[in-house]
Amino acid sequence: MDFTNKRHIINFLSFLMSFHLFAQKSSEQALKIIQKIDKNMFAKTQVVTSEMVVYGKRKKRIIKSRGYSKGVENNYTEYLFPEREKGTKMLKLGNRLWIYSPSTDRTIQLSGHLLRQSVMGSDLSYEDMMEERKLSEIYTANIIGNEVYNEVEVWVMELIAKVEGLAYHKRTIWIDKNKYVPLKENLFAKSGTLLKSTTFSDVKRIDSRWFPMKMNYKDVLKSGNGTDFIILDISFDTEIPENYFSKNILKR
Amino acid sequence: MKLEFQLAFKNLFGARLRTLLNVLVLSFSFVIIIFLNSIMDGWDQQAQKDSIEWEFGEGHLIYEKYDPLDPYTILEGHSKIPLNLNGLTPILDHQAFIYPQGRMMSVVLKGIDIRQSVLKIPTHILKQSKESFPVIIGKRLAESAKLNKGDKVQLRWRDAKGTYDANTITIIDIFDSNVPNIDNGKIWIDINKLWQITGLENQASYFIVKDDFNKAAFPYWKFKSKESLLKNLKELIDQKKAGQSFIYGLLLAIALLAIFDTQILSIFRRQKEIGTYIALGMTRLKVVRLFTVEGSVYSILALLVGSIYGVPFFIYMAKSGFPIPPADQKMGIALADVIYPVYGLKLIFSTILTVIISATIVSYLPARKIAKLNPVLALKGKKQ
Repeated sequence: MDFTNKRHIINFLSFLMSFHLFAQKSSEQALKIIQKIDKNMFAKTQVVTSEMVVYGKRKKRIIKSRGYSKGVENNYTEYLFPEREKGTKMLKLGNRLWIYSPSTDRTIQLSGHLLRQSVMGSDLSYEDMMEERKLSEIYTANIIGNEVYNEVEVWVMELIAKVEGLAYHKRTIWIDKNKYVPLKENLFAKSGTLLKSTTFSDVKRIDSRWFPMKMNYKDVLKSGNGTDFIILDISFDTEIPENYFSKNILKR
Repeated sequence: MKLEFQLAFKNLFGARLRTLLNVLVLSFSFVIIIFLNSIMDGWDQQAQKDSIEWEFGEGHLIYEKYDPLDPYTILEGHSKIPLNLNGLTPILDHQAFIYPQGRMMSVVLKGIDIRQSVLKIPTHILKQSKESFPVIIGKRLAESAKLNKGDKVQLRWRDAKGTYDANTITIIDIFDSNVPNIDNGKIWIDINKLWQITGLENQASYFIVKDDFNKAAFPYWKFKSKESLLKNLKELIDQKKAGQSFIYGLLLAIALLAIFDTQILSIFRRQKEIGTYIALGMTRLKVVRLFTVEGSVYSILALLVGSIYGVPFFIYMAKSGFPIPPADQKMGIALADVIYPVYGLKLIFSTILTVIISATIVSYLPARKIAKLNPVLALKGKKQ
């Protein structure tokens, strides 16, 4: 082995080491960013009044609701508008989901295949709504680029599932460098096919955190404008009565 | 009895137009009853044959948690293929979505052993294909999804762990089957490919059984014979038959009403004749029998007249078949675009007997009045 070859090997090894160190650093930085996003997006409790705009082929439907969340496990939502949906209640406790319909005065538990159904004709499935685990807990993150997205400096981050059984194997997120808020998210299938895309806008400061007040969920494989989720009012870490997260709330 | 028949024929031929009208109406009922029943029998036979050839084989061996009539059981309704189940055709069902022209459609991916020959589904085409993700579908799904042979469409499914996966499938063939169960919302794919893309290696929801299947008990798998699988179809056809019997019951009632009416009129107008018969030595019972036979002879004449135009019509229908409108073929039951009627001996003889017996009964009912007639008054022609 001559000197030139040795030099090539040393160069290659040092490149590999620096790449590994860079990747490790990028991964650590990404994790910190993800944790900051989680801190922004999740709270001990949340009370949200929102409108869901479902775009159909000819017309759009607006569904207004008020949701109460405690941690990431428990959520209670009451539908306020339109008249047809008014009084419908949805309770999520852990990985169980119940729906109360006032027209039948009955409560049904959704499980298995039913969780994959669309929520009131939107581009969101019940399962999408239920997946509220912190990203830092279930994905390995890596920064794959720096971009300017909608005139905002962003990191482009790739998240690969580190837990089995997640709905989406890979996510790409565009994160506002200053506010630590996601501005766009692409969700991919295992094969790499883009399945869903979410855009976040109208980022506002609420208490000590930044929060996107408008989201658009779009099933990319489907034609149409997707579903808008507009937050009309949100409050964090407010006291929510304990009975809101019990099955007794699912009554007329 | 011979005399009664001779007199009956003589009287009926004498009545000319009245007899002709009665016979025509009754013969029409005859032909319609046989035709409608033969269509139902034809449908029954064709649906059973098609269901066996395309869907049931000689029966199914189904995993206990899988219910073919309940799509919610698809998720959990599969298990490892038992070791000693060689020779059976495994089928694995898996929920998925396709996106033709940007629309989302729920489908069931049906993984099947492509070397199978027990069902008529042309799975051998999958073996020959060079596409990376070849599938075959039925004409109904092709129509509802607006897909053609050679089209590519996005497919999304979840693997065994619940993670989404997606790929582009190619429709390499569209088969034409009369059985909607294997067609509506079903996509047929090589079971090895389905195992590979879902991670459900060596799993099946059910097996298609051949006639040499040893019906030994397999734990967690239940055997359903083709007879029990066909039960729902048979019940449906029987129900349809019962519904249809109302139509020909009505037709028969009209024809019988005409005979009944004629009999009443005859007995009222032919009292002198009745008196003469009795005066010449006929018992009242014999006269009642004569009038009853007259009524029954309508059915025999109707049988003959019905045969004149009915037989060529039946032969023609047996050859050309009865076309079913496309809308009816979307009912979700095995129904061909043309049904060929089946004329069984049982059907023909039961129809003949029904018409003759019912015509005899309606003829007898008014004729009973003769037994109460005063022969002297009858002979004088006085109405009683």
